Amino acid sequence: MATQHSRSAARIMMAPAVILLLGWMLIPLTMTLYFSFKKYLPLRGGDLGWVGFENYARFVSSSAFWPSVTTTLIIVCSVLVITVVLGVLLAILLDQPMWGQGFVRILVIAPFFVMPTVSGLVWKNMFMDPVNGFFAHLWRAVGAEPIQWLSHASLPSIVMIVSWQWLPFATLILLTAIQSLDTEQVEAAEMDGATPFGRFVYIVLPHLARAITVVILIQTIFLLSIFAEIFVTTAGAFGTKTLTYLIFQRVLESQNVGLGSAGGVYAIILANIVAIFLMRIVGKNLDR
Amino acid sequence: MARAVTTRHKTINTIIAWTIGLVIFFPILWIVVLSFKTEGDAIKTPIDVLTAAWTFESYGVVQGRSDYFKHFANSVIIALGSTLLGVLVAVPAAWSMVFVPSRRTRGILMWMLSTKMLPAVGVLYPIYLLCIELGILDSRVGLVVILMLINLPIIVWMLYTYFKEIPGEILEAARMDGATLRAELLYVLTPMALPGIASTVLLNVILAWNEAFWTLNLTAAKAAPLTAFIASYSSPEGLFFAKLSAASVMAIAPILIMGWFSQKQLVRGLTFGAVK
Repeated sequence: MATQHSRSAARIMMAPAVILLLGWMLIPLTMTLYFSFKKYLPLRGGDLGWVGFENYARFVSSSAFWPSVTTTLIIVCSVLVITVVLGVLLAILLDQPMWGQGFVRILVIAPFFVMPTVSGLVWKNMFMDPVNGFFAHLWRAVGAEPIQWLSHASLPSIVMIVSWQWLPFATLILLTAIQSLDTEQVEAAEMDGATPFGRFVYIVLPHLARAITVVILIQTIFLLSIFAEIFVTTAGAFGTKTLTYLIFQRVLESQNVGLGSAGGVYAIILANIVAIFLMRIVGKNLDR
Repeated sequence: MARAVTTRHKTINTIIAWTIGLVIFFPILWIVVLSFKTEGDAIKTPIDVLTAAWTFESYGVVQGRSDYFKHFANSVIIALGSTLLGVLVAVPAAWSMVFVPSRRTRGILMWMLSTKMLPAVGVLYPIYLLCIELGILDSRVGLVVILMLINLPIIVWMLYTYFKEIPGEILEAARMDGATLRAELLYVLTPMALPGIASTVLLNVILAWNEAFWTLNLTAAKAAPLTAFIASYSSPEGLFFAKLSAASVMAIAPILIMGWFSQKQLVRGLTFGAVK
């Protein structure tokens, strides 16, 4: 076969995608690295020279840094626990025989397709508004004092909004994985007298292990960079400033580009640590 | 006996699943209800809301007051434009990786995936600066290009997994019969690849439509798509529940419908083939 010919053709066909992504990755990354070693204030004097690692040190020692790390961790971990646990339970439920299964699936999957700004604002106003929100009406109906959700319970509120968005994703992927479970194996275990709980722990859960790992890794990467949900609800106030939001504020709001870029480099390193594990799983799958 | 138990179980399952499904779907259902009420009625207690008169008023107000259709058009152009451009670049790449694989194919695929993991905020300022320098800040062209680059890894990966399912023997047979590369591409591969390409387009239009980091940070009045337009309701004046509901319903309805058709592709596209 015309290997030589098709090989060079293949190279030409691959070139645009490779060159575009290479540019997309290298150019901004190089610029971020460059800025991170400079005192750079576009609105207050511009480029004020090299400062070495000062930005990196200042970013970590600023009073906003550790709270933002804690906030990020709380949001990511809480959402992961909620979506994975509820996702497994929901996936098992949806896998049972029932009427209107397809319709229930449509209901459950819907929040994932709602744009982040819409879900943020809908929850903030129509549900969590302390005067006119749905919850306020509900609380008053049972004689309780309405909760100031986004100011007094800001983190749980954000976790709730984000979990609502990501539960469908976890459920859908875990459901796909459950459906590939060998039913004969489950039936055999049932015949041998395994309890439903035993079947869940020894057959279903090990089968789901891989899918759960994938859900955790992918969600972590997306959750580390949630932005719009916080932007439209609290704008980083009331202890909801995540690492992503802190960097955004440094770069665009206070226009301290050097400092923000150093933060950006930290964020990139953090994301890469997660990414390595995800890539390993995906890579293994590629060989099969 | 066994059958009776099954029916009872089935009934219980159905009741539990429908209840949970409705609870999860409720916020969407509720904004649909609110969007058909007047502003005064929309802030009442849920029971008063349900018994209040229905009206299309808010839809009229949203469209009349804020150029709703301009933002809608921006969303359509940005989502479709970035996806189609991405597919145009990705189809040849995925084709060559599947049918003319080399030692480097695997490495290139993994590297492309790794670019998707780059946190957007880490490159926010450089991209912002480049957009200003190139004069494409707050322009649809700028967002089309940026969203194309963001989704390109997913597009390549999805197409790769779809193309991989096309049996190579068919291509060999076509080559034996003397088909040129052009003929092979046009008459053999394209018809078999179309369903996969369609699925890829569907999922990526959804992802681009809902993208809310770059669209919020790189647009102002001119090129703002619906994500950014809706965000303007975060600093409201007066009563706005019904208006916000109507605007939200119009912004999510088209994508919700598309999304329901793309459940399978969603799993494949977002797990990079790791879960099937």
